[in-house]
Amino acid sequence: MPSETTLVEVSRRPALGIDPRILWGIGLALLIAPLFMAESYRLFQLTLAGIYAIAILGLNIITGYNGQISLGHGAFYAVGAYVAAIMMDKLGLPYWTTLPSAAVICGLVGYGIGFPALRLGGLYLALTTFSLAVAVPQILKYKGIEDWTGGVQGVLVFKPDPPFGLPISADQYLYLLTVVLALGVFLLVRNLMASRIGRAIMAIRDHGLAAEAMGMDAAKLKTSTFAVSAGITGLAGALSAIAIEFVSPDSFQVSLSITLFVGMVVGGVASIIGPVFGGLFVVFVPNLAEEVSKAAPGVIYGIILIVFLFVLPGGVAGLLRRLATWLKRQS
Amino acid sequence: MNGFLHQVIAGIATGGIYASVALALVMIYQATHHVNFAQGEMATFSTYIALTLVQSGMPFWVAFLATVAISFCIGVVIERVLMRPMDKASVLTHVGLFIGLVLVVSNLTGWVFDYTVKPFPTPFYDGPLLGGLVTGHELGSTAVTLVVLGMVFLFFRYTRLGLAMRAAAFNPASARLVGVRVGWMLALGWGLAAAIGAIAGIMVAPVVFLEPNMMLGILLYAFAGALLGGIDNPGGAVIGGFAVGIIENLGGTYIVGTELKLTLALFIIIGVLLVKPAGLFGRVVLSRV
Repeated sequence: MPSETTLVEVSRRPALGIDPRILWGIGLALLIAPLFMAESYRLFQLTLAGIYAIAILGLNIITGYNGQISLGHGAFYAVGAYVAAIMMDKLGLPYWTTLPSAAVICGLVGYGIGFPALRLGGLYLALTTFSLAVAVPQILKYKGIEDWTGGVQGVLVFKPDPPFGLPISADQYLYLLTVVLALGVFLLVRNLMASRIGRAIMAIRDHGLAAEAMGMDAAKLKTSTFAVSAGITGLAGALSAIAIEFVSPDSFQVSLSITLFVGMVVGGVASIIGPVFGGLFVVFVPNLAEEVSKAAPGVIYGIILIVFLFVLPGGVAGLLRRLATWLKRQS
Repeated sequence: MNGFLHQVIAGIATGGIYASVALALVMIYQATHHVNFAQGEMATFSTYIALTLVQSGMPFWVAFLATVAISFCIGVVIERVLMRPMDKASVLTHVGLFIGLVLVVSNLTGWVFDYTVKPFPTPFYDGPLLGGLVTGHELGSTAVTLVVLGMVFLFFRYTRLGLAMRAAAFNPASARLVGVRVGWMLALGWGLAAAIGAIAGIMVAPVVFLEPNMMLGILLYAFAGALLGGIDNPGGAVIGGFAVGIIENLGGTYIVGTELKLTLALFIIIGVLLVKPAGLFGRVVLSRV
């Protein structure tokens, strides 16, 4: 069934007629400012938002760009976090080795899950990944692998110290690390989506049959895309284990996967910049809502999700894009 | 041997619950090609309504019928208000709506009825029967499930309305041409699915105790059952549901232990997708190019 989405234009025109270098400068300044401005808890929250942004970007690749709905990306986030925790705590490896390992291992797991589910179209991936997300906490608690995963107790790890004797705190270093990694991953994904492969990925979403008729191997490409997507989310998971200094099965309930999904929709489906807003949303909005009631974040999340789908299907990124077009027309 | 037999019977009892939820899922799937991820949460909410009614002093079966009626109305309203305006939207939008529904309903349940685990009364004789082979509740809930499934079958097979609903699901355009109000048939389907879900919730609550996430695992098994039986075949989904119940009980007892029961559902799902993606009784979908 052809969906109603259309190819997203990868814009090279300067937005609003402003020199892109100026926009980059403003962006970088916004990213660096919290290092010196924010108190350490706020900085930690921003670090988390950055980590979520990476995870949501991973989800956006498969769901937004490739049109295959995953409701279980929290599972890959969990696997990434556990890979990092186990490598640091049980194997005594330095933290930076865990990040590529988590990405690769999650990519492989993603390939294994995606292979049966993606040969069939439609909702099968959503069903399988949803089941995966529900089952993951149970698998992590399983007694047979308790020596590695720490069972219900989880695993404690320690924040790395800043390298090269940099005169910053561990929190500031983690923020910097997250920002640099996020920038790298976002640039990579942007370039991927602007490439031949990226166009194929989107073509499969927009009209699978036509894409296959043009010689694209849809099943293979979908599975590889899913693997890349899982790998990126796994990387974010590993980073989260390092930032939070603790992993336990209960932090990776199915609600995590749903959180990532909500973040993706709110930020902007099939948008590169969208996940940044998604990350900020999932970190800061529940904090505000929790002051109302314990259940309020969930209810408000759900209502916001539904309202966005009705009113702003392009998410925050889509709203900004519309604003930019409108401003341009005014001038 | 007696232990084995007991596990099979217990499996049939829980399988009946999975069969009902699987049937509810398949009914919506057939009509709209959507899988209602909020089916479990809606059933839990209905079960809380039943508990509230029972605690207010209503006789059990009156509360039961009232809950089924209320759930039916909730289902119809959700279809009219949420799904209908988004009729033509993409699959992603629909899944998003279901997820939004999951979030709102499950957290609303926790908010209104709080998060503590509550016991739920059983209307049946609550003790072992037939020399400990089966409990009164298992027997009673299986009977209720079978009656419900039978009524659903008769409804779709032998009534005009059932025929109209099948027509609306099978070929909406032609059904509309012969005067079937397709939109209302969908709403009716939602109502029926919500009502069946409510019955499943009420029947399972005495066993697993009532809490806001009660149905999460059950929904997973229902998915597995629906896929195993064929997601476009109501009869298949029912058989799949019973089969998954038995597999779960035997697997839980003899192979993986209770800790990994949910993982077993995941394995059934992946296994079906690998070996026979259309399910045991499903149609292999061919599309014309």
